[in-house]
Amino acid sequence: MKVVVQPSRPQLWRRIPPVYVILVVITVVAWILVELYGRGSFFGKENIANILQRSVSLGIVSVGQTFTILAGSLDLSVANMISVSAVMSSYIMQGDPSRVPFAIATVVLIGVIVGLVNGLLITQLRVNPLISTLGTGLLLQGILSASFRNFAGSVPEEFQVLAYGSIGPISYSVLMFIIIASIGVFILRKTRFGAHLYAVGGSQEVSRLSGLRTTRVLLGAHVIASLTAVITGIYLASRLGAGAPWVGRDGVYDLESIAVVVIGGTALAGGRGGVMGTVAGVLIFAILDSMFNLLGVGSYLKQVLRGLIIIAAVASYSIRTKEEVS
Amino acid sequence: MAKLQHEVPQANAWRTVVTAIGQIFRWVPPIYFIFAAIMIGIGLTNENFFTHYRNTLNLLLQAAPLAVLAAGQLFVIISGGFDLSVGSIITFVVLGSSIMLSGNPEATYWVIAMMLGIGIVVGLFNGAVTHYLKVPSIITTLGMMLTIKGAALLWSGGAPRGSLPAAFRVFGRDRMDKFLIWERFPHAVLILAGIGIVATLLLHRTNFGKQVYAVGDNPRAAALAGINVPLVRMICFALSGLFAAIAGVLLGGFSGVSTQVGDGYELRAITAVVLGGARLLGGRGGMPEAIMGAITLQALFSLLNNLGLPQPLREAVQAVILISAAAYAVLRERRKA
Amino acid sequence: MKNRIKAVLGMCLIALVASVSVFGQASEFFDPDEFQRQMELLNVEPVGPADQPWLQALDPNYVSTTQYAKEPPWTICFSNAGLFNPWRVVGYETMMATVETIPEIAEFIVLDAEGRDDKQISDIADLVSSGDCDLLIVSPNTTAALTPAVEQACQRLPVIVFDRGVNTNCPVTFISPIGGYAYGAQGAQFIVENLPPGGTVLALRISPGVDVLETRWSAAEQIFKEAGVRVLGDEFTGDDRATTKQIVMDYLNRFGQIDAVWMDAGATTVAAIEAFEDLGFDIPIFVGEDQQDFLVKWAEEGLTAIGPSYPTFQWRTAVLAAVMVLSGEDVPSPWRLPQPTVTQDNLEQYLQANMPPQHYAFCGCEDLPGYPERWGGRSN
Repeated sequence: MKVVVQPSRPQLWRRIPPVYVILVVITVVAWILVELYGRGSFFGKENIANILQRSVSLGIVSVGQTFTILAGSLDLSVANMISVSAVMSSYIMQGDPSRVPFAIATVVLIGVIVGLVNGLLITQLRVNPLISTLGTGLLLQGILSASFRNFAGSVPEEFQVLAYGSIGPISYSVLMFIIIASIGVFILRKTRFGAHLYAVGGSQEVSRLSGLRTTRVLLGAHVIASLTAVITGIYLASRLGAGAPWVGRDGVYDLESIAVVVIGGTALAGGRGGVMGTVAGVLIFAILDSMFNLLGVGSYLKQVLRGLIIIAAVASYSIRTKEEVS
Repeated sequence: MAKLQHEVPQANAWRTVVTAIGQIFRWVPPIYFIFAAIMIGIGLTNENFFTHYRNTLNLLLQAAPLAVLAAGQLFVIISGGFDLSVGSIITFVVLGSSIMLSGNPEATYWVIAMMLGIGIVVGLFNGAVTHYLKVPSIITTLGMMLTIKGAALLWSGGAPRGSLPAAFRVFGRDRMDKFLIWERFPHAVLILAGIGIVATLLLHRTNFGKQVYAVGDNPRAAALAGINVPLVRMICFALSGLFAAIAGVLLGGFSGVSTQVGDGYELRAITAVVLGGARLLGGRGGMPEAIMGAITLQALFSLLNNLGLPQPLREAVQAVILISAAAYAVLRERRKA
Repeated sequence: MKNRIKAVLGMCLIALVASVSVFGQASEFFDPDEFQRQMELLNVEPVGPADQPWLQALDPNYVSTTQYAKEPPWTICFSNAGLFNPWRVVGYETMMATVETIPEIAEFIVLDAEGRDDKQISDIADLVSSGDCDLLIVSPNTTAALTPAVEQACQRLPVIVFDRGVNTNCPVTFISPIGGYAYGAQGAQFIVENLPPGGTVLALRISPGVDVLETRWSAAEQIFKEAGVRVLGDEFTGDDRATTKQIVMDYLNRFGQIDAVWMDAGATTVAAIEAFEDLGFDIPIFVGEDQQDFLVKWAEEGLTAIGPSYPTFQWRTAVLAAVMVLSGEDVPSPWRLPQPTVTQDNLEQYLQANMPPQHYAFCGCEDLPGYPERWGGRSN
C-alpha cells in the first residue's frame, strides 16, 4: 500500500475509533443470544469478570504490538518473548519472594535487549521486519527450549496475587491491563515520541527528510513491544504458577496480537490508529469466546464463525474508507 | 566498475574476464548464492548427496508443494497484499478429497478439478472482500484461514476420514520410470517446472504481469493509468488460491491425509518469497527467485537434518541463516544502488 | 554504520554461543523408580470384566464417595484441553456416545481450551462459578499449570482428572493407563529383541517438552543404551506426515540403511514407512501405535512391528467414574487402566477395514450408539 496518509493525530471528536460501534453491536448480539439460548447470564458479574480476565494476556501484548504496527513495522517474536519472560521469571524466583525484584529486573533487561536487536536489525541491517522478528523469535525459542524442557522453577505464592488477587470486583491483572493501555494512550497522544511515531509510520522517507530520527523511533517502538511481551510473560507465570517454554507459542500471541491491532483500526502500513482501537479488538475476541462458551458451540464451528465475524466486523467500518486497501 | 573500464582501455583479457565475472555476480540475484552456499553445506554434511542425481530430485520433490505455494503467494505480495489462507486451503483440499474419494476412487479427477475450483473461489472471495469491502488482506485472509480450517475440520469431524486413493497420490508421490535422461523422475518436479514456467511467463512477459507490479507500486496511479485494479487484484488472489489447491494435491499425494497437513505453510510461503527478494506491501519481486527461495528453504531444512543438531539449536541456526541471508541481500542491493 | 552492523551480528553470535553452552542443562525426564513400577504393572493381572477393559483397574485401591452421592438428574461438566489430534477426537466421540447411554445425565457441558493453559484455567473458573455443575471432569492441558485451578475447583465440587495428571491429590480419582515409560519401553524392547547384530535405529518423536511423550523416549533411550544399540538420531516431526517423510528420506539418503524405526506415537508411522517404499528400501522393524492405517499396512506388507497403545477408552472410563461418584459407589483411586498392545499374534483381531485411517483400535467404542458412523467408519 503506497497511499500517502496525513501523519496526524486524530481530532478530539473523532478519537473514539469506529471499532467501538462493532464492539457494542457484538456485545448486544452476544447478550441476546446468550439470554435466549445459552446457559447462565451474559451480564452476570462473574461472566463480565471472566471476559475481562480472558482479555488480559492478549491485551497487554497487543498494546505493545500497536506501537510497532503504527511505526510501519511488526513484531512476530512477541510469542517467544512471552515464553522467555515466563520461564526466566519463574526460574529465577524459585518460589522465593525475595528474588522477585531481581527476576523482574532480569526479564525486563532481556526484553529491552531483544527489542533493541529487533529494532537494529530492521533499521541498521534493513532486514524486513517480518523476517528479522521471525528470526529473533526462532532464536529465542531455540535458546529457551535448549535450556528448559518443562515448567521451570515456580513463582512464590505471594506473587500469584498478581493473577488471582483483586480489589473489590476488579482483579489486579485487569487493573494492570487498564493501566498499561492508559500509558499506551498517553504516550501516543501526549508525548513527542508518540507524534514522531505517527509521522514515521506515515512515511519514513518524509520523516527522515524533515529531520526526525526515524531509527530511534523504531527502536523505541520495538522495545515497547518487547516490554509488553515481558509483562504478559510475567503475568502468565503468575497465573500458571510457573513458566514453560511453550506458553507463548500455544497462545498464538504473535498472529493474534497483530489481528486485534488491525481489527482495532490501526493500518498495517503504519501511521494511523491507536491503542483505544486495539483494546476494543481484544474485547471483541474475549466476548466472542465467552459467547461461544455459554452457547456451547463446538470448537470447529466456533473457528468458522470467528473467522467470518472478524472479516465482517472490519468490513462494516472499513467499507466507508476512500483509500485503497491492500 | 564501468568507470574502471574507461580508465583502463588497455585492459588485458584477464581483466575483462574478471570484470565480466564481477558483472555476473552483480546481476545474479542473491538468492542463488544463498542457495549455492546451502548446497555446499549439504555436500559437506552428506558425502553421498552429490554422488547421484536422485538425491537432488528428492530435494526438489520435497520442495515442490512449498515452491508452488510461493509462486502463488508472489502474485499477491507483488500486488501489495498477503495471503494467509493458503495453509488452510491445503488442509481443506486434503481432508475434503479424502472424504469424497473414500470408497469411489474413480472420481479422482472430478474431485481434483472441484478442489482447484474451490481454491479459485476462495481466492476471488479474498480479493473481492479486500478490494470492495476495504478489509486489509491480512485480516481477510486470516479470517479465511480460521474459517476454511474450521470448515474442513467440521466436515471431517476433526480426524481424517477415508484415505486418498493411489490415483490421487500419483501427482505428489509417484515417479516416471524415465524422463529424458533421468530415471525415476517424480511427477511433482515436472508439475513444479511447468507451473514455474507458466507463472514466470505470466508475471514477466505479459501485460497482466506489468499491471500486477503497477497495482502493487501505487494502486491509485495504476487506476488513473486505466488499469482495472479490482480485476488485477482478484486474479492475483485467485492464482494464489489455485496454486494453494495444487500444493494441497501435491502435499496430500506426497504424505497422505492428516488434519494439520497445511499448518504453518502460510508463513513458510511468505518467508520463501521474501528470501527470494520480494518486497512486502508490493511492487517488487521475481518469480524464478521466489521459487528458488522455496527450494532454498527446503534445502535449509535438509541441511539442518544432516547436521543432526538438537531441535532447539536447529531453530536457532535456522534463525541466524534466515537473518543473515536477508541482510546479505539488502547489503548487496545497497552496494549496487 | 559498519560497526553497528558488526555489533548486531556479534550479538547474534553471542546468543548462539550462549545457546550452545546452556544446552547441557536440559532437565532429565528419566525416573528409575517410576520406570520400574510401570514395568511391573505391565505384568499385573487387571481387576474387572475382561471384555470391558475400560472398567478394569490395576492394583485398585478403592475410596468411598458416599459424600458426593446425589439424586439424578445430574449436570456433569467437562473441561477439555482441546481436540488438537485424532487421539483426542476419537476419545471425545467415545465420551459423548457414553454420555448418551446414561439417562441420569441430564446435561453434559463441555468447554474446549484449544490447547491453552491460560484458557483452560479461565474455563474451569467459569464452570465452577456458574454453579451448574454437579461434578467436574478435567483433561488437563499441562500438569503443573492446571494444578491450582483444579485445587480451587475441588473446594466447590467433586473433580475427576484423566489422561495427564495434576500435582494434587484433591480430585476424587485420577484415571490413566500405565504410563509413558511402559509405552516407550515396549517398543524399544521389541526392537532390541529383533534387531540384527550391529543394526541401527532411527527415533522419531512428536515434539520436545511434553511430559507424556518425554517419558516414552527416555525409557526407550535407556533401553537402547543398555543394549548397546546404535541410534542414528532422534528427530522431531511435529506430528506432521510430510515432515516425517522428509526426515526419513534425508536419513536414508545419508545413511543408506536403517534397520528399525522407533516412534513415540503412531499418527505418522505410515508416512515414515512410505519413505522406505518410495526410495526402494525394504521396510525395517517398526514401532507404531494402534491406528488403523498402520495396522492395515502391517498386515498387507507383513511387517515386523509392534503397536503399543495409550488407549482412548479412558475417555469412557471418565464418564463411568463420574456416574459412580455421583451414585456414591466406591471407585479406584488412582484408577490405573491396562495398556494393551497390538502384536503379530492379535493383529487380525484389531484390524477394522471399515474404520478411518486414524481410528484407534483400543477405542472401547464398538458397543456404543452410533458406531461405526460416529467415528467416521462405514457399517458393513
